[in-house]
Amino acid sequence: MVDVPLGHIGPAHAADVDDVELYHPHSWVTKYVFSQDAKIIAIQYSATALTVGLIALVLSWLMRLQLGFPGVFSFIDANAYYQFITMHGMMMVVYVLTALFLGGFGNYLIPLMVGARDMVFPYVNMVSFWVYLLAVLILVASFFAPGGPTGAGWTLYPPQAILSGTPGGQDWGIILMLVSLIVFIIGFTMGGLNYVVTVLQARARGMTLMRMPLTVWGIFTASFMALLAFPALFVGSVMMLFDRTLGTSFFMPAIVEMGQTLDRSGGSPILFQHLFWFFGHPEVYIVALPAFGIVSDLISTHARRNIFGYRMMVWALLAIGALSFIVWAHHMYVSGMNPYFGFFFATTTLIIAIPTAIKVYNWVLTLWRGDIHLTVPMLFALAFIVTFVNGGLTGLFLGNVVVDVPLSDTMFVVAHFHMVMGVAPILVIFGAIYHWYPKITGRMLNDPLGKLHFWVTFLGAYAIFFPMHYLGLMGVPRRYHEIGEMAFVPASAHTLNAFITIVALIVGAVQLIFVFNLFWSLRYGRPSGGNPWRATTLEWQTPETPPPHGNWGAKLPVVYRWAYDYSVPGAVEDFLPQNQPSAQPASGTIHG
Amino acid sequence: MAEHTFSNFETTHTHSSGLRSIATDFSSDRSAFKNVSWGKAMMWIFLLSDTFVFSSFLIAYMTARMSTTVPWPNASEVFALTIGGATLPLILIAIMTFVLISSSGTMAMAVNCAYRRDRRKTAALMLLTALLGATFVGMQAFEWTKLIHEGVRPWTNPWGAAQFGSTFFMITGFHGTHVTFGVIFLLIIARKVWRGDFDHERKGFFTSRKGNYEAVEIMGLYWHFVDLVWVFIFAFFYLW
Repeated sequence: MVDVPLGHIGPAHAADVDDVELYHPHSWVTKYVFSQDAKIIAIQYSATALTVGLIALVLSWLMRLQLGFPGVFSFIDANAYYQFITMHGMMMVVYVLTALFLGGFGNYLIPLMVGARDMVFPYVNMVSFWVYLLAVLILVASFFAPGGPTGAGWTLYPPQAILSGTPGGQDWGIILMLVSLIVFIIGFTMGGLNYVVTVLQARARGMTLMRMPLTVWGIFTASFMALLAFPALFVGSVMMLFDRTLGTSFFMPAIVEMGQTLDRSGGSPILFQHLFWFFGHPEVYIVALPAFGIVSDLISTHARRNIFGYRMMVWALLAIGALSFIVWAHHMYVSGMNPYFGFFFATTTLIIAIPTAIKVYNWVLTLWRGDIHLTVPMLFALAFIVTFVNGGLTGLFLGNVVVDVPLSDTMFVVAHFHMVMGVAPILVIFGAIYHWYPKITGRMLNDPLGKLHFWVTFLGAYAIFFPMHYLGLMGVPRRYHEIGEMAFVPASAHTLNAFITIVALIVGAVQLIFVFNLFWSLRYGRPSGGNPWRATTLEWQTPETPPPHGNWGAKLPVVYRWAYDYSVPGAVEDFLPQNQPSAQPASGTIHG
Repeated sequence: MAEHTFSNFETTHTHSSGLRSIATDFSSDRSAFKNVSWGKAMMWIFLLSDTFVFSSFLIAYMTARMSTTVPWPNASEVFALTIGGATLPLILIAIMTFVLISSSGTMAMAVNCAYRRDRRKTAALMLLTALLGATFVGMQAFEWTKLIHEGVRPWTNPWGAAQFGSTFFMITGFHGTHVTFGVIFLLIIARKVWRGDFDHERKGFFTSRKGNYEAVEIMGLYWHFVDLVWVFIFAFFYLW
């Protein structure tokens, strides 16, 4: 019998199962547009984020076209190239990955997985989405502003970010970018508070923290981190906005621009870097921790095996979250810091490898002797593990000061962070969409299309980013519009760049199959039933699929066990849902 | 695995204390903070997040002040007022601080009255708090005006490092914005108290949630936080 870690759970009191006050929509507009239902908000967040993702994907195409075939596309001049690179980075990191994991999956899964009717403050939750949409519109507006979007690089380092040599620096680009970030942070804070308080205070009866699915743990930890990390970006953005619009010198040292001495003095560009990376590094884990959580559940469900070392998985998530706040300056080894800082930050950085390795071992041990079903979500989950290990190992290189200094600002860094926080989380997002789409729509996504999407994306991502490590080791610099005639770069590097570009175009195009699949299956997909993956967690046990407003109908679920009772001996099916009291269900209550 | 393994949470947690009771609460179902409403939990976590905002502002200010190569203006001279021929350093700031701390006192009294469901007194004390808050913002506006007349700008000032004006306007401005929002919400909630929304559990216009006197306490948390932040700004900006 499975040993369920039991908390202190009281018997059901009639008063405990009272209904929470939900806003009940009266019209189509309040039901589907200005909806207070977390599930609709989740879909709005996800659709917006995926649209931004497609824009960012096209931007990466344009960048690759220039790198692969320099000089062929005359409309991609140096300015345009930097604008594409900047917008691609900022969009993907903040407006796609953060919004999709926390706003999208967080909104959909947290209330369902912890057995709540909705987020604790649905109205605030709704405002959160509309503020996010406003931030996106401001950001996209910069494409149409005079001078175009900012080309400062996604890190927006001053002083160059607000000088005239940088595209958008003395035009609207940088202003719109900073305002958009500020608006995004305000919007996220409203959502993030909801996610955190819902997990802490609004769980179902019997749902202890240590019975929550790891998905919820991942999103919860990441939301909490985001509430503490985004303030630094907020402050940095406000200060740079003042530097740009009011002429303050927070980040501006005495500086000569185009032969003219500017009326600036005494500011510290390094200060911005500290503020940015105090946000920026936790941000990596704000993206990674939900992916860790989701992938744990995907692996456990599709390998029909309880997650190995559940408690260690939770503590590892929390340890990574805490440690990620004291490693930020490993992004600044070449920025001019006290060398002892480098020593400190290298040490903390490498310590993160321990909880991370615990997680990887536990995923692999979960798979060991599992009944592995190679479904599309499982393929993506397995691909994530491999990709994350690859990206993580190069992180050990870059975390060391002496190794980082020569590799810094080369394509090696680009390859590293794309593997670890680009490709890996995106693979999880795809896997999660294939996994939860049946719950959201009541229909399965098309399987052959999904497998095609998976294999091209997975192999393509390796074809794109593996060679980049090699380019980086040769010394090919990143963020260069054109490599040109550099003595140390052999001609073969250009061939490799062309190859990467072609693969990137193919992989990008295949994402259209995925988009097509999303719409096609909405109408023509195989009906899924309530629990097609035979999963244990609460969202699969809703009385209706897709779950209606309020999720649970008349009675809230009561949780009796953890989320990982798979392959249970003696059970009628090979799994026990969290809300099932005993291994032998009473007749007629088999879930399916 | 079912009901027989359950122990009644409500009876067990009253006997434990300290760290053990925290552990008990966190390992229980439903909620980690017992008897803490959703709204109050949300406000506490928001204030934690806002703490990071103000900390970042203050640390940025300290970095700028420590790394600047030109002298930093002397706060006790800059923020002095000549009243009746006597130059009193920081006199306005002292009065502002006194006003804001007093408003914390009236806020606490309002919370007390709210829990005794004393509709009139609660509303009156909240209005008084709002009035004190508005006075604070008014005096801040006076201080800004005076400094601007003396030539202080976000990008320059007559006495030294340019970052003095930048950080002054940014940090006091950001805090003043917090106070202003606080005053607005004090007025909104005072109106609800006065109208009896919390006695009749009238549903919110936007949220359709039932009104509850706890809103006064949550408002109080925010207000005390804004006061506390001012203490740090006072210490680090004016007294340093």
